[in-house]
Amino acid sequence: MEKTLPKIEIIEKYCKGCHICVEFCPKQVLEMKGFVVAVKNLEACIKCMQCELRCPDFAIKVSAE
Amino acid sequence: MSKKVAFLQGNEAAALGGIYAGCNFFGGYPITPSTEVAEVMSVELPKVGGKFIQMEDEIGAMAAILGASLAGSKVMTSTSGPGLSLKQELIGYGCIAEIPCVVYNVMRGGPSTGMPTGPSQSDVMCAKWGTHGDHPAICLTPASVQETYEEVIRAFNLSEKYRTPVMVMPDEIVAHMRERIVFPEPGEIEVIPRKTPTVEPAQYKPYDTSYGDVPPLAAFGSGYKFHVTGLNKLPDGFPTTKAEYVQAEEERQVRKVDANADDIIQFEEYMLDDAEIAVVAYGSTSRSARYAVNIAREQGIKAGMFRIKTFWPFPDKQIKALAQKVKGFIVPEMNLGMCSIEVERCAQGKAVILGINRVDGEPVNPDQILEKMKEVK
Amino acid sequence: MAFDYDKWIRPGKLPHIWCPGCGHGIVMKGLIRALDSLQLKKENTAIVSGIGCASRLPGYMDCCTLHTAHGRAAAFATGVKMAKPEMNVILVGGDGDGTAIGGNHFIHACRRNIDMTYIIMNNYIYGMTGGQFSPATPTGHKASTTPYGNPDPAFDIAKLAIGAGATFVARGTAYHAAQLDKLIAEAIQHKGFSVVEILDDCPTTYGRRNKYKSVVEMMNRLKEVAVPVKAAEKMTAEQLQGKVLTGVLYKEERAEYTAEYAKVIERAQAAK
Repeated sequence: MEKTLPKIEIIEKYCKGCHICVEFCPKQVLEMKGFVVAVKNLEACIKCMQCELRCPDFAIKVSAE
Repeated sequence: MSKKVAFLQGNEAAALGGIYAGCNFFGGYPITPSTEVAEVMSVELPKVGGKFIQMEDEIGAMAAILGASLAGSKVMTSTSGPGLSLKQELIGYGCIAEIPCVVYNVMRGGPSTGMPTGPSQSDVMCAKWGTHGDHPAICLTPASVQETYEEVIRAFNLSEKYRTPVMVMPDEIVAHMRERIVFPEPGEIEVIPRKTPTVEPAQYKPYDTSYGDVPPLAAFGSGYKFHVTGLNKLPDGFPTTKAEYVQAEEERQVRKVDANADDIIQFEEYMLDDAEIAVVAYGSTSRSARYAVNIAREQGIKAGMFRIKTFWPFPDKQIKALAQKVKGFIVPEMNLGMCSIEVERCAQGKAVILGINRVDGEPVNPDQILEKMKEVK
Repeated sequence: MAFDYDKWIRPGKLPHIWCPGCGHGIVMKGLIRALDSLQLKKENTAIVSGIGCASRLPGYMDCCTLHTAHGRAAAFATGVKMAKPEMNVILVGGDGDGTAIGGNHFIHACRRNIDMTYIIMNNYIYGMTGGQFSPATPTGHKASTTPYGNPDPAFDIAKLAIGAGATFVARGTAYHAAQLDKLIAEAIQHKGFSVVEILDDCPTTYGRRNKYKSVVEMMNRLKEVAVPVKAAEKMTAEQLQGKVLTGVLYKEERAEYTAEYAKVIERAQAAK
């Protein structure tokens, strides 16, 4: 069965570039691009939601599909 | 049917007046010489389904009434001198957030602990200038037990009508003396309800000036969701630092009282028609003044009294007019000259102003006023 | 899967004012998930705060919100709750606001056991005024007013709440974000005064003065010091040195204030 990729939505205008999501992602899915976060490796995402939970700025939304 | 009569203290009358006006929440803290108000409220409020809470401090009592008012209650607190100082920050909060409440302050000696059991009239400036920043001020200074009862009702009415804190400030003599009081029948004295919104909750803005200078106030828990802050705010209640909004807000808050001064200001003119000397007095001091005027008239001295009932807004117009007519003003008061400053401001040099100032814990007596009349040339 | 925070946030109010990496936003998300899980009615929920960074939280929430004066949240909220006991009343604020200038109201709200929930975001500092030490700043730490190290001992806020009579006391951290909604929801459901202390981070005014190189380092510290109460039971005193217990620390059933006052009304009316 083909793996369905999650959707990681970054609301750039909310992101303040604190790095929390990047650092605490267990699979290094995210990276900083300039001042804001970006998705680097979506395939590695295990939908653990840690980035969404810890983002203080309401800037990340992780959906199953 | 004859009306109910009682022999009461000013403080007791204040509490009962509050209940007549529909007070259903009282936040108190013990302080001499105003504690009886809290005591009577603790007895009477639960009987009518209202709530009394003794808070942990003066500030807490002020905060609690503001919170309860926002939740739709008609609220009151009582205090005296040092307690008034402590409440001042939140009186300012009530002014800027436009929350109706009645603050009953019995004037005792000060500053600080001063003379807690002695009478004074030295908080009248505090009623206007006590909290920081520009703000509206309404302050009533009753002179009898009956009037304390009625002025507390009027304070509730003004507070609801203008959506702002209102102070009632009897001196300790009025607060503690016992007199006959005739209770009004229910409905005899008008009780003004709070203006609440008629718009749908989604459209509601707590400071919407399209309704005039006094916007309707919804209650928390009544279906309306809104934000209240002590910051300068926009019509929707959210903070702003935008110059044009802040300026307009500040001016409106003051204007809603100042522009309605004629509705708010009450006074009594006693034998002033042909008077050459006007005694300007308030609170218990006006009782000595009335006596002195009566004696003076017997002696052929053309004296009269202007009795201030609404200290703030100050009766500028009336004092100004009097200054054109009389030779001099005598301003007896239990402070070192607070009302005198206002009379001077209004008289603009048109008449001589002589103060009688006692801060020794004793009332100004009629003899002192009569003596002073001789100095008016 | 993504949680819909927007339905609890007032439209157009984000981004919030908090600095990059400040944990207050994480706490706010925990609060929103808690309110959502309990299906509380917004118009029946009051969120009350004092002054400070954390006290700006109510402005974002689509509820009945009251941003009061410094330290006074608990006293204002007491008035709201007494007037309308049927409302859910939640207080939010920081350590300075709640335990210094507001300390008296805080302990008395605990003592009364009035049915409200107080979320204290403890970031060990007065952030909004630029980083002065608070009653929660650890001894020896640096603040703008303790340039030689803080000589003051710190409050243990949870212990203070328990000692003062709060009947539900929990502690969480901004790092342990997933736990926050559960702690807050349990606190709200508790009948009585509940306190949730949330260890938070202030990278801007506390972290940089105390040799934290990044927000991440501050978060890692929260991760390291926190020990769940259950786990702590199996640890020695030595192992617990420098650790902070998290989870539900205290819970008891005791007469609730507004219910007790309802009885006062009954007694007064019976005697009439």
